[in-house]
Amino acid sequence: MQFKSMVLSNVEVSPSYFRMRMTAPPTIGVSCPGQFVMVKVNPAIDPLLRRPFGVFDLGTFETEFTDCGRQTYLEILYKVVGKGTAMLSTLHQGDHLDILGPLGKGFTLGDPAGEKLLVGGGVGLAPLYYLAKELVKESRVHLFAGGRNKEDILCITEFDRLGVETYVATDDGTLGAQGLVTEVLEQHLSRAGANATIYACGPTPMLKAVAFLADKYGIACQVSLEGYMACGVGACLGCVVQGKDHSEATPDYRCVCKDGPVFDQTDLLWS
Amino acid sequence: MTQPNLSVDIAGITLRNPVMTASGTFGYGSEFAPYLDLEKIGAIITKGLSLKPKAGNPTPRIVETPGGMLNAIGLQNVGIDTFIGEKVPYLRKISTPVIVNLYGNSLEEYGELAGRLDGIAEVAGIEVNISCPNVKQGGIVFGTDPKAAFEVVDLVRRNTGKPMIVKLSPNVTDVVVMAKSCVDAGADALSLINTLTGMAIDLKSRRPILANITGGLSGPAIKPVALRMVWQVARAVTVPVIGIGGIMTAVDALEFILAGATAVQIGTANFLDPSAAETIAAGIETYLVENGIADIRELIGALKTDR
Repeated sequence: MQFKSMVLSNVEVSPSYFRMRMTAPPTIGVSCPGQFVMVKVNPAIDPLLRRPFGVFDLGTFETEFTDCGRQTYLEILYKVVGKGTAMLSTLHQGDHLDILGPLGKGFTLGDPAGEKLLVGGGVGLAPLYYLAKELVKESRVHLFAGGRNKEDILCITEFDRLGVETYVATDDGTLGAQGLVTEVLEQHLSRAGANATIYACGPTPMLKAVAFLADKYGIACQVSLEGYMACGVGACLGCVVQGKDHSEATPDYRCVCKDGPVFDQTDLLWS
Repeated sequence: MTQPNLSVDIAGITLRNPVMTASGTFGYGSEFAPYLDLEKIGAIITKGLSLKPKAGNPTPRIVETPGGMLNAIGLQNVGIDTFIGEKVPYLRKISTPVIVNLYGNSLEEYGELAGRLDGIAEVAGIEVNISCPNVKQGGIVFGTDPKAAFEVVDLVRRNTGKPMIVKLSPNVTDVVVMAKSCVDAGADALSLINTLTGMAIDLKSRRPILANITGGLSGPAIKPVALRMVWQVARAVTVPVIGIGGIMTAVDALEFILAGATAVQIGTANFLDPSAAETIAAGIETYLVENGIADIRELIGALKTDR
């Protein structure tokens, strides 16, 4: 769906990382974790294209301004990386945005009995919070968060509050263990049950390493990818990734926007 | 005032309004069904089709530039067999004319593809893309050499009884020469412009941003160039001209119609706003009503150039 939204808050949660809450129509509630929205940061032609953001959180709060007494909200967590996100970071409560979504194929929650292992690198944590909120209702959830330094580790207390067991690794050791988040993950995998599931989102090298570990330990793994896209609905073919059967003669390209952003790691070509 | 007439005729295809969707920006139509009423637009032009499936270019394939975007998708498409098996059944469900954009890697492929599409009732017409890749010998590009353009359009003409639109490249010295050559070879209509070749560089890595190095520029940034070319071509040929290039609003579309376009195609705007084509068609109607114009055809080429 396409809707007009009003910014409710836009807070810098860590240097250059922002968390924005905005209004959404009540019917957005059918969204599944891992889906994303395309945000037009202004009505002008520069920047021209919408920007994709994973849904960080979705919920309602009490208000006197709607008939039903509740207002649905949508949250995104984003890093300022270019012109679009820089503009987004200057918006205030009351500013308006045009939003398309929720889009794409999200995470599959799977068997609640299995351990749920969430792996997030930097702003890749964004779609994992809403996922964690759903998973903790029935499952034991662990979060492995990684970044270059402590400033890349976002919203950990929110995960703590959900009852998620969190593990942190930073390259410089300023928070949690010093090293890669995948090293911490592997220590856990060696004793995880066979019916565990990994849910990962972050930079491609991290996802590649996570997919490798999933294969090594025979554990199911879903990854959420980023792609540079124009439309978000499967038309521009800008955001494609190579599927497992890809070759020049028999192309197997998958759209991050439509076939993903969440994929089973075994469906992708990682080389 | 009674409802104004928005219907136009392109090469024997009757459009309920002059707003079409440009090839490569609207998938095969079904992708946009959740966002607009496909029955409210003039025609759908599908993603460029080839005989065999085509993988397309490596990524990054797109990059935003001021007021526009560059793309180098590389004509990724499902190929004609999958098109017939998986896409045509959906097209049967909609009454809006569907025009198939096609291209070949060789002269022969253009002819064969046109011949195969000729037998498909759901295909209202074809749009021949001569603004794309290299031929197998000599590196001649069909879209930039008037003799090569004549040859390919002539061959397609002999392989199809369907209405034939030829889509022109702006990357030429004189677009009018190309336009005349295509009309001489039997084109029923011309659409222009395809994207302008451009590039973007990342200073930090000192590399081109697109994996293909160069790409096609589209969006509002190219509109003035497109308007100029449509105006030049519309004055020089007798077949209908379809205006394309950075149309984001009904006002943009009406400017192209004044310049001589019988219809327009909406491209990059579909990416920003998947309902753009329907919104623009409605905006054109509103303009006619508000200005007491009974028929859109009164505006085609009605540009006043005297001072």
